[in-house]
Amino acid sequence: MSTESVAWPNRAAASPSFVDHLHEWVTTVDHKRLGILYIVYALIFLVIGGIEATVMRIQLIRPHNDFVSPQVFNRMFTMHGTTMIFFVVMPVLFGFANYLIPLMIGARDMAFPRLNAFSFWMTAFGGLLLYFSLVGANGLYGAGNAPDVGWFAYAPLTSQTFSVGHSTDFWTLALLVSGFGSIGTAINIIATVLCMRCPGMTLAKMPLFAWLNLIMAGLVILAVSPLTAAQIMLMVDRYLGGHFFDTQAGGSAVVWMHFFWVFGHPEVYVLVLPAFAFASEIIPVFSRKPIFGYPVMVGATIAIGFISMSVWAHHMFTVGMSSAANTFFVISTMAIAVPTGIKIFNWLATMWGGKIEFKTPMLFCIAFLFQFLIAGLTGVMQAAAPFDWQLGSSYFVVAHFHYVIVGGILFCLFGAFYYWFPKMSGKIYSEPLGKLHFWLFIIGFHLTFDFMHIPGLLGMPRRIYTYEPGRGWDTWNLVVTIGVFFQAAGILVFLGNLIWSYFGGEPAGNDPWDAWTLEWSTNSPPPVYNFYTIPSVRSRRPLWDLKHPDDPDWKYE
Amino acid sequence: MCATSTTLPPELEWKLPARGQVGMFALIGAESAIFTIFVVAYLFYIGKSLSGPMPSEVLSPPILYTICLLSSSLTIHLAAKSLRGGKVRSFGAWWLLTIILGAIFLYGTASEWHRLIYKDGLTITTNLFGTTYYSLVGLHGFHVIVGLLALSSVMAFTTFGAVKQEQAERIDVLSLYWHFVDAVWVVVFTVVYLIGR
Repeated sequence: MSTESVAWPNRAAASPSFVDHLHEWVTTVDHKRLGILYIVYALIFLVIGGIEATVMRIQLIRPHNDFVSPQVFNRMFTMHGTTMIFFVVMPVLFGFANYLIPLMIGARDMAFPRLNAFSFWMTAFGGLLLYFSLVGANGLYGAGNAPDVGWFAYAPLTSQTFSVGHSTDFWTLALLVSGFGSIGTAINIIATVLCMRCPGMTLAKMPLFAWLNLIMAGLVILAVSPLTAAQIMLMVDRYLGGHFFDTQAGGSAVVWMHFFWVFGHPEVYVLVLPAFAFASEIIPVFSRKPIFGYPVMVGATIAIGFISMSVWAHHMFTVGMSSAANTFFVISTMAIAVPTGIKIFNWLATMWGGKIEFKTPMLFCIAFLFQFLIAGLTGVMQAAAPFDWQLGSSYFVVAHFHYVIVGGILFCLFGAFYYWFPKMSGKIYSEPLGKLHFWLFIIGFHLTFDFMHIPGLLGMPRRIYTYEPGRGWDTWNLVVTIGVFFQAAGILVFLGNLIWSYFGGEPAGNDPWDAWTLEWSTNSPPPVYNFYTIPSVRSRRPLWDLKHPDDPDWKYE
Repeated sequence: MCATSTTLPPELEWKLPARGQVGMFALIGAESAIFTIFVVAYLFYIGKSLSGPMPSEVLSPPILYTICLLSSSLTIHLAAKSLRGGKVRSFGAWWLLTIILGAIFLYGTASEWHRLIYKDGLTITTNLFGTTYYSLVGLHGFHVIVGLLALSSVMAFTTFGAVKQEQAERIDVLSLYWHFVDAVWVVVFTVVYLIGR
């Protein structure tokens, strides 16, 4: 064979052009790429939502501040809430679920790869629709504005009379469209977990991550669909002249509240279950012990799933329901603290006697345990209807749910980012920067949200754009706003760490944490086909069995 | 590449549910939740309209069309069964009958709406009854249309000879959806024509 006949690939073919690269990412149906698309998309919106929060806090830093107008303030809290829930936390959790579930259960992809891509793009365009309202909400008049009806959009604020223009329509459409994406992803997760497990992985041998995401997907199906239905009704009201929430024609504003919170409360558990899933993977690995009470963890998760469907009206104690309804929702809301408490004790018992390594992911998970406990306790306080009558719609409520979402969910998410970053990028992150992020963020978090409870107890209502001096709120608001800057600095360190480590980090190797689940058995980053041969497992910790053939787990399970 | 080398005990037979079926059941779960919200709204707003026409004045149960839709569940079951047995011609016949029955039902809804709009003057804006009625029945009608489009595309493939016994599993998934559309009608019929009248 002559040397001329050998067709060496030229450089252009070896490294595809930017357009080819873009085309590959846009048309991909690979669960890992879609997972990363979800995550990057959510990080962009995290920055946007964070800027909105910062604008609100600067406005409230002192009484009679005029940093933004009341109208802009209304748009800020609406967009902040909607963005953070629907276009940050949900996509990022779906991203991790997408990326990790097939790897953890030993599959080559999700059950429906094309549905997966469809769901991602629905979510992505939902977010774009929401922000297009900034330019398009007044239609052809040009200057638009963002929705300003609050993230739960109570009737009759959303009626044509009180919400002129199209800003509310963009809000409705964005949630409707991204809701279809969420339902598609949920269907995909359920089918993947039930139908794609590798040989030997029975439901009782699945990683807890897969279990918790399975329950999460079930909750998405049961919770996001009612929101979809309610949004359709709102569109019927706004576009076709229907009367669902039109009190002038016999409709009811309270029905919207019920429909929204039938979605809204299970949604909290949709967000928190994947956070539990991260903690359930990270805490055992960094405590060098298997998870304590695996069957109880699964049982508690299922219990949370069921009870969370019957607690929604604790958001409505101040609306004025019958005492029978109040009693029911008080009891069910307090009951859900029980399985959640069981989980916290199981994580503590996992750490108990373990050889704990205080790496960045573990630091975030430990902080999560403490903060989530406090968040749960203020939740139980507000579950008591008389207490809620006093503090409903005050800054105490705002502090409580930010403690859940930031102190609980976001801390676990940061832990997950650091824990799986080596797998996704093939590089190890910078541990000093990770620790700096942790300390900046935990200081900022506690400055902001610990002290936010107090003006709430002193009677400061939520969603006010300014306040009178001399009510005892001034200093607290100043401290709360100072905390925001620490958090913002932490986020910048975090993003910088991700970018710097991606381009300049040390190679991570396949299994930097000496972990036990299947995703660590393949390359970092994993090849397109995930596993060269489909693995088979005999216990909950397949890599432990592999590393310790003399003392495998399956002898004891 | 180190896939786990621990081998399975040979007595373990590894069988998982079919993903098409599971996915369809999950979709049906989501759809049921959507319909539940609309049904709850319908039930809550019964008798709360401030002006006429009221359901008792204008609605009469579409028994014939209901029989058509419900019997289409039987015909699609027979169609799927024929295909599983490899009888493609009999599959095509039952499938076509299913489409015809579904189309008759859809015609029934259309003619009822035409009568309500042009004779009784009931539109979606008239009163709460109009809003909830057109939304709920319309949502169901929309699902019938989607189902008919899916059934018709399978019919087209059958005509060109592209549907074979191997596809029986996929046909089962589609027939699951059609059964769901029929089952929802039982609920809608009960709520709209029996309880709400």
